[in-house]
Amino acid sequence: MGARIERQKNILDYTLAALLRRKRKNAVLVLVYTLIVFLLASVVFFSRSLQREAADLLQGAPEMIVQRQVAGRHELIPLAYLEKIKKIRGVQAARGRLWGYYYDPVVGANYTLLVPESREVAPGTMAVGEGLARLRLSAVGDDIEFRTHDGSLKELKIARIFPAELGLVSSDLVLVAEEDFRGLFGMPRELVTDLAVQVRNPKELPTIAYKIAEALPDTRQILREEILRTYDAVFNWRGGILIAILSGSVLAFILLAWDKASGMSMEERREIGVLKAIGWETADVIQMKCWEGLAISLTAFLPGVLLAYAHVALTSAGLFEPVLKGWAVLYPHFSIKPYLDVSQVAALFFLAVVPYTVATIIPSWRAAIVDPDAVMR
Amino acid sequence: MLFHPTILALYAGSLMVSFLVLYALPPTWQVWRRWDLNSGSEEQLTIERKTYLISTLLAYAFAFELLSLFLYIFTAEQLHTYFVGAMCAAGSLYVNAYGYPTLILRLINFLLVGLWLIVNYVDNRAPDYPLIRKKYLFFLLLAPLILLETALQAGYFLQLKADVITSCCGSLFSTDRTLIPDTPNFLPQFPARVIFYTVMGVTIGWGSYAYRQGRGAVLFSGLSALALLVSVMSIFSFISLYIYELPSHACPFCLLKPEYHYVGYVLYLSLLGGGLTGIGAGILSPFRNITGLAVIIPALQKKLILTALILFVMFAAVVTFQIVRSNLVLS
Repeated sequence: MGARIERQKNILDYTLAALLRRKRKNAVLVLVYTLIVFLLASVVFFSRSLQREAADLLQGAPEMIVQRQVAGRHELIPLAYLEKIKKIRGVQAARGRLWGYYYDPVVGANYTLLVPESREVAPGTMAVGEGLARLRLSAVGDDIEFRTHDGSLKELKIARIFPAELGLVSSDLVLVAEEDFRGLFGMPRELVTDLAVQVRNPKELPTIAYKIAEALPDTRQILREEILRTYDAVFNWRGGILIAILSGSVLAFILLAWDKASGMSMEERREIGVLKAIGWETADVIQMKCWEGLAISLTAFLPGVLLAYAHVALTSAGLFEPVLKGWAVLYPHFSIKPYLDVSQVAALFFLAVVPYTVATIIPSWRAAIVDPDAVMR
Repeated sequence: MLFHPTILALYAGSLMVSFLVLYALPPTWQVWRRWDLNSGSEEQLTIERKTYLISTLLAYAFAFELLSLFLYIFTAEQLHTYFVGAMCAAGSLYVNAYGYPTLILRLINFLLVGLWLIVNYVDNRAPDYPLIRKKYLFFLLLAPLILLETALQAGYFLQLKADVITSCCGSLFSTDRTLIPDTPNFLPQFPARVIFYTVMGVTIGWGSYAYRQGRGAVLFSGLSALALLVSVMSIFSFISLYIYELPSHACPFCLLKPEYHYVGYVLYLSLLGGGLTGIGAGILSPFRNITGLAVIIPALQKKLILTALILFVMFAAVVTFQIVRSNLVLS
């Protein structure tokens, strides 16, 4: 056993020395390899992080939302529907939600207006996100004018500003009282935006949703699980598409690796010839080539993965963000925390290292079977 | 069809392995048909060189198979959120008819490629390659299975369709199906435990005997295969229950999750490794009378039996530890 390890150590020793002797040629290869790993890893890490963030954010969302649809469009829903829903066994609570968007022409931004469940906001006042306060240069106590549905103006006093830590989710948020909300948008008393339903046993969610659909045929039911699943699918789909596009570069890289491995210089061929003449066997030369591949792969893989991690952690994957995150599709903004697990590294291994290895096996074998007599002559 | 990065990685892995196998096929055929060690012809010389290529290709294919086996389960696990009613990998593999066959074929292929490498190792140590035609025939039979695995896996992934929200309604109405496979409670609890410990005990006992005496490897090989099967069934019928501490959760995949301290990796790696080396010890026996292998095989058999013993003992010890530590009491 010890002798065998010693033997491998010697082969490895020789391999590393040989690699260093041809520094420039190998440096180019390692550089391209690192770049490929970096690109693939950035996509994989980033789409996974987005998925996690969406999951974390949606933790606080209601389990089920019931929306009314008219002619295939989301419509306001009558509060009377609540009674029918509450009658269904298993429903713990149901309430109407009031929310909407308001475009502020002064700063050219969209606000999200929401009536909180608890009556924490007094009529005539509002609680706003830090981003909004900054944009409007206002502080607690200031008034902000809103243009109501009939063109008149309505002033609301800022009672509270959300701290900046909550900023990414709440920076465009405005909490208002129900009266103000209805007055602003001219929404009748008996209508709300949608209904949030709470269910005692989460396993019954689909059944209850089905019952609601039967009792109220003009509504659609959206489960939190489904929103999550859709986000998951969207992010992974985007990540997959990017990887499919990048696979073109991987292919080019494989060709480069294949070409480099098969186009051996006369000097290298002579080197292998000498090795074989002094007693190396074909299997040893293949072993050496295998170590060579491993050394190059690790040298490229580790920095590539680390750089990608930094790319996602420090710049929120600045290169790919618009493609992967989408524009207005996802309303809440995300702060990116990279999230790493073994399967991602394994996936990267299959996307980058395996193709490289496969591309070099056959040229390595070709190199290993050279006839010492033929090359040294 | 889902465009998931890890799915693409699995496609890439399978295509690469298939490429290696396809590339190895023509030279293998040539070796099988035309091998003649006594000939000094140029053709024989070329063929001899090609044997190095085939061994190298298959060694890599084997390594990739092992790694992608776990990645496959991992991916199935991640995918479960896409399907209404699936709780973990057990559910997502059940979504269409290709999920489980792919997994089973992957396991079989892993064992077969491993056995091929063991035979190949022995054969390469003898100066006159006595097993060469046999091992290449073995490979010719094995290759279609690996290609079939790639096809089945593609079938599985291509037919996946996530239950996402559509614009007209929530996707609720696909909830009629249940994606929880019938729990294969092969055996009632009590006999299952008795059978598991009996088979393990006999296998380990006979293995120690075979190791010391240098014979009985064929029987050990059969016992190892049996132990592998019984252990897999036991994971379904009681081992998983003890680990999850839930009498109703008989899932072989959640063991691989971090919540259970990745105990599944220890269990499956020791079990697969033990099964492979145990079976491998026995299939060498018929060749031990061939001159040139008479010394090599018994020595290797001892090593294989010892490895299998260590791995089986490890498996049994981890299982026993989990049962003792568990708060679940099954009667």
